[in-house]
Amino acid sequence: MSVDSKRWVAGHVAALPKSGIRDFFELVAKMKGQDVISLGVGEPDFVTPWHIREAAIYALEKGKTYYTSNLGMIELRRAIAGYVSEHFNVSYKPESEILVTVGVSEAIDLALRALCNPGDKVMYHQPCYVSYHPSVALVHAQGVAVPTFAKDHFALTAEALRAAWVPGCKILMLNLPCNPTGGTCDRVQLEAIAAFCREKDLLVMSDEIYSELTFEGTHTSIASLPGMQERTIFLHGFSKAFAMTGWRIGYACGPEPLIDAMMKVHQYTMLCASIIAQEAALEALLRGWDSVCKMRDQYHRRRDLVVRRFNEIGLICHAPRGSFYAFPSTQNMGVSEKDFAVGLLREEKVAVVPGSAFGANGLGHVRACFATSYEQLIVACDRIERYAGTLRK
Amino acid sequence: MNPVLKLLLEGGHLSTAQMAQVVGLSEAEVQQHLEQLKKDKIFLGWRPVLDLSRAEAAGAAVRAVIEVKVTPERGGGFNRLAERLARFDEVESCYLMSGGYDLLVFVDGSSLQKVAAFVSEKLSTLEGVLSTSTHFMLRSYKEGGFLIDQNEASSTRLTVTP
Repeated sequence: MSVDSKRWVAGHVAALPKSGIRDFFELVAKMKGQDVISLGVGEPDFVTPWHIREAAIYALEKGKTYYTSNLGMIELRRAIAGYVSEHFNVSYKPESEILVTVGVSEAIDLALRALCNPGDKVMYHQPCYVSYHPSVALVHAQGVAVPTFAKDHFALTAEALRAAWVPGCKILMLNLPCNPTGGTCDRVQLEAIAAFCREKDLLVMSDEIYSELTFEGTHTSIASLPGMQERTIFLHGFSKAFAMTGWRIGYACGPEPLIDAMMKVHQYTMLCASIIAQEAALEALLRGWDSVCKMRDQYHRRRDLVVRRFNEIGLICHAPRGSFYAFPSTQNMGVSEKDFAVGLLREEKVAVVPGSAFGANGLGHVRACFATSYEQLIVACDRIERYAGTLRK
Repeated sequence: MNPVLKLLLEGGHLSTAQMAQVVGLSEAEVQQHLEQLKKDKIFLGWRPVLDLSRAEAAGAAVRAVIEVKVTPERGGGFNRLAERLARFDEVESCYLMSGGYDLLVFVDGSSLQKVAAFVSEKLSTLEGVLSTSTHFMLRSYKEGGFLIDQNEASSTRLTVTP
């Protein structure tokens, strides 16, 4: 007997669109064994530094296999407090204002679940990380996309924020530097955004996962601006800066009542993050900074290489101030960004992700991740140049 | 800092053409930087990193580390003797050390006998050498920054991720 299993899927889940990234992944997966150079990844090419891996092995040898406190190991929270204070200039109490999560993704989900009532409106800048809109939809809240533009190097502006604002907006999600655009805001731009948030009584969820990979100037956290710490949930993690994506460790810092509410959801759903990964994260904070700087310097040179080559090829591209993504425009290529990405993959075996996967404002752009070796980047750029040449004929 | 030197410090193994691409200079300019670094005796030269335990690569099948105690000279300290020692072709590297001995010498040879002969006939008979202690290397696990016979799983990275 055949049963229509689909009818059991909740309406709001069935209504979620499939990730554009997923479609493209399947296309690339079909070309296995064909010497594809992928600039389609969203993670470092470096393996986690050995001293961090070794700390996890040591923890296992010592029998550290238990649950931890729901908030995370206190030693780790203390180290996080120290790190955030030193690098972001904001102080949090390790006992009550920091929650260790399974990646920043869980922290985002927790914050939205803890804060949103059905129908609340959540603003986020777009193009943005693929999960922002679905995470908002999953808590029955409404997403309000705020466009960012190539002319501003994809920095979020207070003007765009004001233009997109509608009554009922409660939260603003920030991701600066941004995946996929590499866009970020300087202090002046952030101050204008902060003033707007205070004016409209918005709570800020600030996902600063790429902040260590800031190549020019210093990264400013919105939480560090006057009057903002009390209305900001600062979200961060280890995946990008410490090359620890697979460990799944992130954290949220914020006012105690908010962290407490998030912790409630966390304790009933996740209980705690893996103790082994927490031990590794602690080692990363205590002794990992040199590795972070070395990796950042390499990303910096790789960025300069791809941005220069892309512009020479006619893929107009600003130099992203942070992250490891270039977000060039395909407007000179005479085809849509989707056709460009598919054609480039078929003809020259280079994978980039169509910008439309990151929201409507990503149209006409592709995301190219430069977390790949110099040799691969050079070959990839040569292939892209050849492909662009065939399009212009 | 010299942009080429930065790349060299990464432990890179790029060709001059690739270096030119990475730092955004012409090949000729990269070459010029390399020449300057050579002139300044910062960049001493290129060498391949080989796994010498492999039969195909066994040009120098025997490697030894020798601890050498010497009498420092008035005026010259350890330098004169160390510089003299370093000139032997058999000596791959030579360092002045703190601690229980003075010089640490890495020696390559095609056979055990040749290395032993070098130590007994050349090294220990040098004026100023008080004693030597020779250790033969049995196996290499890491060579010049490269792991030997250990696979890193970085190739398992997915091709497209958010």
